[in-house]
Amino acid sequence: MSPTADRRLDGRCPSGEMASRWTRHKFDLDLINPANRRRFHIVVVGTGLAGASAAASLAEMGYRVSALCIQDSPRRAHSIAAQGGINAAKAYRNDGDSVHRLFYDTVKGGDFRARESNVHRLAEVSNQIIDQCVALGVPFAREYGGTLANRSFGGAQVARTFYARGQTGQQLLLGAYGALMRQVHAGRVTLLPRREMVELVQVGGVARGIIARNLISGEYERHAADAVLLCTGGYGNVFRLSTNAQASNVTASWRCHRRGAFFANPCYTQIHPTCIPVSGDHQSKLTLMSESLRNDGRVWVPSLAGDERPPSDIPEGERDYYLERRYPSFGNLVPRDVASRAAKRVCDDGFGVGATGTAVYLDFADAIGRDSRAAVEGRYGNLFQMYEMITGEDPYRVPMRIFPAVHYTMGGLWVDYNLQTTIPGLFALGEANFSDHGANRLGASALMQGLADGTFVIPATITAHLAGRTVEPVGPDAPAFGEAEAAARERDERILSVRGGSTVSTLHRELGLCLWNQVGMSRTEQGLREAIGRVRDLRERFWNDVRVPGEANHLNPSLEHAGRLADFLEFAELLATDALQREESCGGHFREEHQTGEGEALRNDEAFCHVAAWEHDEGGAVRHEEPLSFEEVHLVTRSYK
Amino acid sequence: MGASPTTLRLTLHVWRQASRDLPGAFEVHHLEGISVDMSFLEMLDVLNEGLTSQGREPFCFDHDCREGICGMCSLVINGQVHGPDQEITTCQLHMRHFADGDTIVVEPFRARALPVVRDLVVDRSAFDRIIAEGGYISTDAGSAPEGNALPISTAAADEAMDAAACIGCAGCVAACPNASAMLFTAAKVSHLAQLPQGEPERERRVLAMVERMDREGFGGCTNERECQAACPKGISVAHIARLNREFLRSSVLGRS
Repeated sequence: MSPTADRRLDGRCPSGEMASRWTRHKFDLDLINPANRRRFHIVVVGTGLAGASAAASLAEMGYRVSALCIQDSPRRAHSIAAQGGINAAKAYRNDGDSVHRLFYDTVKGGDFRARESNVHRLAEVSNQIIDQCVALGVPFAREYGGTLANRSFGGAQVARTFYARGQTGQQLLLGAYGALMRQVHAGRVTLLPRREMVELVQVGGVARGIIARNLISGEYERHAADAVLLCTGGYGNVFRLSTNAQASNVTASWRCHRRGAFFANPCYTQIHPTCIPVSGDHQSKLTLMSESLRNDGRVWVPSLAGDERPPSDIPEGERDYYLERRYPSFGNLVPRDVASRAAKRVCDDGFGVGATGTAVYLDFADAIGRDSRAAVEGRYGNLFQMYEMITGEDPYRVPMRIFPAVHYTMGGLWVDYNLQTTIPGLFALGEANFSDHGANRLGASALMQGLADGTFVIPATITAHLAGRTVEPVGPDAPAFGEAEAAARERDERILSVRGGSTVSTLHRELGLCLWNQVGMSRTEQGLREAIGRVRDLRERFWNDVRVPGEANHLNPSLEHAGRLADFLEFAELLATDALQREESCGGHFREEHQTGEGEALRNDEAFCHVAAWEHDEGGAVRHEEPLSFEEVHLVTRSYK
Repeated sequence: MGASPTTLRLTLHVWRQASRDLPGAFEVHHLEGISVDMSFLEMLDVLNEGLTSQGREPFCFDHDCREGICGMCSLVINGQVHGPDQEITTCQLHMRHFADGDTIVVEPFRARALPVVRDLVVDRSAFDRIIAEGGYISTDAGSAPEGNALPISTAAADEAMDAAACIGCAGCVAACPNASAMLFTAAKVSHLAQLPQGEPERERRVLAMVERMDREGFGGCTNERECQAACPKGISVAHIARLNREFLRSSVLGRS
């Protein structure tokens, strides 16, 4: 891949005073008369927070919408798994919060690699999101007087996070799902569950529909549209073991990328330090536990590498509380990325614990001794219960074992301020785009972004897109649909025809392990180069040796998985290449060559204060840059001293 | 700890059915070396990997988040919906609940309104159609009042949340001798009936949802309480009592 940066991308952000940009932009956008909106058909791919809220909101305005989801019901999208909460700048706690402060925290938290204009808009609409969710019946936690409750989350100095027990994502998604089903009932949304988008269809360079595979019948369906919205989530499963759901994948984004949509900042991946570790090769996913555990737990490993004694037999003097030792002032509360890298380092050096040696202890003995078992139970009871259910160990008696895991991906399809990709008529929302979190996402901000994009941003911007041009009618009989359908069909047939010796899961595991080790939380030039070679080998092995049983004309999960893996195998090379080209450390991207004496990420604002957006080219992806300027929040180095 | 084995030998009887209209049957498979730390679905992954390597077709089963929240996984395990443990989904069930040498029978959820799609996968779209009848509050984006405009007591918010915790897995239907969808429908009715935002559509909602439930071919509720026992989220049959009150009240008021 060639690292040329010949063209500058323009995010087409409004100018002028930051706080009024979105308002003025909305005024400048063209409108469509309510009675004319029904002439337009919009395909929405994915029904998580972004997709469900977009489909519902657009249908409410009068557009005709088709909503596709990979699961059997739109209510099951992976947004449902978010636990912690959703941020908004309501300032209900009288603690000095404001839209500007939420904007500021998000830009800074993103390590100055996000667009200021987008982030400000996100902070602005955050309050409307809460209002809308309350109106939809989301049972948020309440104070005794009946007002909405808040908590502080992820180290924020203000309490701006709204929550519904530990199931905020579930409740928000069910709210959006209800709004969506209301439009299904009204006949304005056609619901298409158990469908997977396998190709984008363009006519005259404009996105005009998709090819979807009906996962039950195996049929390839043509869905013509006036615009296409990708709300298909992140690519964390390229690492195989992540906290993502099994079906989460990069295929829809990657298919669009191959047809011209630029992919931005794929190297920005977020690792969460407190997950329940892998217990063996059979493992299919990792479960995340709230980071709040580190408020009271002490992290340690045995001082002796390979020490196999049970933790209770290891005396105090033979334990290494390595976070407290290395970071005396912050100790166990160092930021996510520092804690994660330190855990991986001690395990790589042979000090890891548990059957697989890839875990560290998180010990609550001191907290229980200091504050009582009941106090610890009050704070973390549900997490301890979940841990025991999965591991069969009682964390009140035996220290927890934890290990970091990939949790969220900040990179995604490049979009302009209107959320439009480099393909006109193709929009990307939520985790599928790259725009708001920079190099690192703050806690309780993913749900906010999904709902902001779907409920408030896209209704305004897609209308301008549709109003701004004459739409030629395009039906499913257009040649472009035939070509795209043939490509999708041919691809599946090719996968099925290999009939080799390696299962899809085996190859995915090898890819995931390679990325985890060399393109994970800590990266080096040499490791990245090796990873690229390894990914290429695996890709070749896939196409020569994959074994997918069955046929394409029935429900065939192996074939689905194989198609997704084929795309991950291409995408992985871009991820590693992006990481290789970004010669700095920022947010979730850590290059060992670029760190301070204390092991902190060292940004290079001179050379890399830009978005890297990759254009597909069979001869090697082409790197474009969108310069980032910071007018409101001044560039500073993150510090936790 | 010491004496209990860390791996298991198992005999599995797993339901195989090519499509909705073809008859199905149990297939018997033997597995060895199953780690007690595996989840039940990871054990099925091992079975499927083995079948794939032998050139045979793996079993289809629904799953996604594998942490008990998406409601995608199903299965009846040794006659019990979501297996032998309490208040968990199949994906949260771990193999340490089984003994070396056990025989395990794995079936799909069975109900007329939940037809088998393939092997262990069933069609639960009837649940979406019940929700579509009124399992929501009709508020367009942009029209919401300020979030704190309507105070809600912690008791009402908590009870609404208890009901809203339903994951729509359909385990309640599979556990019910009548294949009733009463707990599922009641959970949504109860959630929204306790919130002031749900008030304007209160009567219409319950009548429409119950009517749709009946039309989908679910059975009636005869207070067996099997649904509550099987529910991975511990949703109480008290919500069914609330649905019945709401239904009666709405019928008397005659607003449909």
